[in-house]
Amino acid sequence: MPDATDRRILRQMLADPDASNADLSRRAGVTQASLWRRLDKMRETGVIAAIQSRIDWRALGWEVEVSLRFTLDKTNPRAFDDFIAAAREVPEVIEIQTFLGSVDLRLSVIARDMAHWQQVYRDRILTLPHVSDSDALMLVSTIKDSAELAL
Amino acid sequence: MSGLDATDLAILRILAADATTSAAEIGRAVGIGQPAAWRRIRKLGDQRILAGRRVVVDNAALGFGVTVFLGVRLAAKGRTSLEDFERAVTAIPEVQTVQHVLGQFDYRLRITARDISDFERILRRRIMTLPGVGQVEANVMLSEERRPGPLGASGPEAR
Repeated sequence: MPDATDRRILRQMLADPDASNADLSRRAGVTQASLWRRLDKMRETGVIAAIQSRIDWRALGWEVEVSLRFTLDKTNPRAFDDFIAAAREVPEVIEIQTFLGSVDLRLSVIARDMAHWQQVYRDRILTLPHVSDSDALMLVSTIKDSAELAL
Repeated sequence: MSGLDATDLAILRILAADATTSAAEIGRAVGIGQPAAWRRIRKLGDQRILAGRRVVVDNAALGFGVTVFLGVRLAAKGRTSLEDFERAVTAIPEVQTVQHVLGQFDYRLRITARDISDFERILRRRIMTLPGVGQVEANVMLSEERRPGPLGASGPEAR
């Protein structure tokens, strides 16, 4: 269980994921040795699941991002498993989320441009199994994207 | 685009999984020396393709058991109403993500809460009171999976 010091470290880390360990230890008020030990432990216990590099897909030439929301045909007990397995095979899918609500599943899909999007949508998305309904939200801009928690 | 080769894409795949991998380990994994790996990593950073780090925490272990996505429609649209809404919504600490979208909704919000009653408090006191907010749809997230994306391993470029 993370204690108050762990939470202080996490708060600083989530607020500024690119901070150096020296800065983190100063801001959280712990020594660097103690910071190392605590980060190690939190990674071991899975409180910190991963530290990943963010990839800016637009900088890589992937200009279009669409959030696709699906309702599945739930009379088929394999609907979720089949759909997710098929979605994993589509390289342009960068996120898969499942929900409780009017939407069952959501995919984030990227494409190089609108012509490419049309191709991905027709060839890879419309062919996904057990879909009873879907709608699309096209990303205009991301105004806030943070992993911060009210710790 | 950006003149990336298969080695660059392999480096991106490794770092997207674990940003703490050292240049020496990356070099070994992709079959180049440490200085060459380091130069490539720095170039990917200079091109802003590597855009900082993401710390993924176990929200539930920290007492945040509920993640909800909200689709929000604004009641009135105009430049000032967008700006007022965006300014107010980004200031809410429980709102992690704000995306301006085109479609059935105007905005997508990702909200983390301790539990459903905490979410209800956030929804009533902070979201429904936002300037210009109209129709709101909530979906509680059950699971989430980030995929490596089209970085060549099984993508069309590799075939």
